[in-house]
Amino acid sequence: MTKVNVSMKVRDTKGKAAIVDIQGEINAFAENALMDAYTKASSKGAKSIILNFSDLEYMNSSGIGLLVTLLIRANRQNQRLLAYGLSDHYRQIFELTRLNEAITIHNSETEALAAAGM
Amino acid sequence: MTSASSQPEERRSRDTAWAAPVARLKVSAIPSGAINLNVDGRQLTGPLKGFGQLWQKTYRVRLSGAQVSPGEVIKVWKEHFPEFWPKGNRFYGSLTGIAPGEVAVLNLAGPGGITGPKGMPLISTGVMVIYADEESFSFMTPDGHMFAGMITFSAEEDDGTVVQVQVLIRASDPIYEIGCRLGIVNNTEDVFWRQTLKNLAAHFDVEGYVQQSVTLVDPKVQWSEAKNIWHNAAIRTAIYYLGSPIRWVRNLATK
Repeated sequence: MTKVNVSMKVRDTKGKAAIVDIQGEINAFAENALMDAYTKASSKGAKSIILNFSDLEYMNSSGIGLLVTLLIRANRQNQRLLAYGLSDHYRQIFELTRLNEAITIHNSETEALAAAGM
Repeated sequence: MTSASSQPEERRSRDTAWAAPVARLKVSAIPSGAINLNVDGRQLTGPLKGFGQLWQKTYRVRLSGAQVSPGEVIKVWKEHFPEFWPKGNRFYGSLTGIAPGEVAVLNLAGPGGITGPKGMPLISTGVMVIYADEESFSFMTPDGHMFAGMITFSAEEDDGTVVQVQVLIRASDPIYEIGCRLGIVNNTEDVFWRQTLKNLAAHFDVEGYVQQSVTLVDPKVQWSEAKNIWHNAAIRTAIYYLGSPIRWVRNLATK
């Protein structure tokens, strides 16, 4: 049975961006962890939230739904959502669900930070 | 890096749960009697692409007293999905059941279960199965569907088996959004999924009491998506019916 199997660490970049390191599985049970991480990342005024998927173990369709609601929440706060560390498999899933049209995907943390103006 | 062959069986199974990206939908092997409109060649939309407010609605039913695991419920649901739909609505999918990448044609009744003459559907549209594993499966809608979004069907153990439908949807275009604001489209959607869950519960000899929760995720409409009205499946299905006499005469003339 799938339950909470995710941890998220927020890194402050001393600027207008914050990085959320995701480790584990993003499914329906990850909602609190993801939203808590977002709140923490936003608390210091970050205008860009960068999601690090390098240690993502699994994401199901409920996880995609969570990313959609996170994106809407960020957009309402005039924040951008960026991502890096996605495997080819999850890049395809972002393409399938058209999340790649709203969350910009980068190859590395350096590239994502540069896109965030850091 | 871990090779695919060394991954646990569960991991491999879950990685094949996702459909591959598609540029355009393609319907195959539709049974006779289905009206196949507004699906072939359409693009998937998703909750970011619609026009109206973004809603998350969750419908849940507890299978009290049924000795059935969540996995068994999902297996039955996937294999017999069309049988649980409310009367007047038809789901024309693969004969083998719900599987990632499958495209299904939907022939739907209107509000209150209204159909055309001889039970003809008021709307012909479709869905694609984007995800399916042992615990859940999800659909995404194409251009023209009433809603742009995702629908996820799942079951879980929570002091017994609980079954859930969760939709994350926007009205696709301004006409559907007006229908939502008037309560017509929203109410039809609610009745539809509540009845589906009741039918599923009845399959397991349970009289289901459906709980519903609603969250307005995004109150804004997306005017940039107003153009979606061009694909409106209800309008296009109506035009198809209006054109029936012309097609009939044309067919006579070519014989």
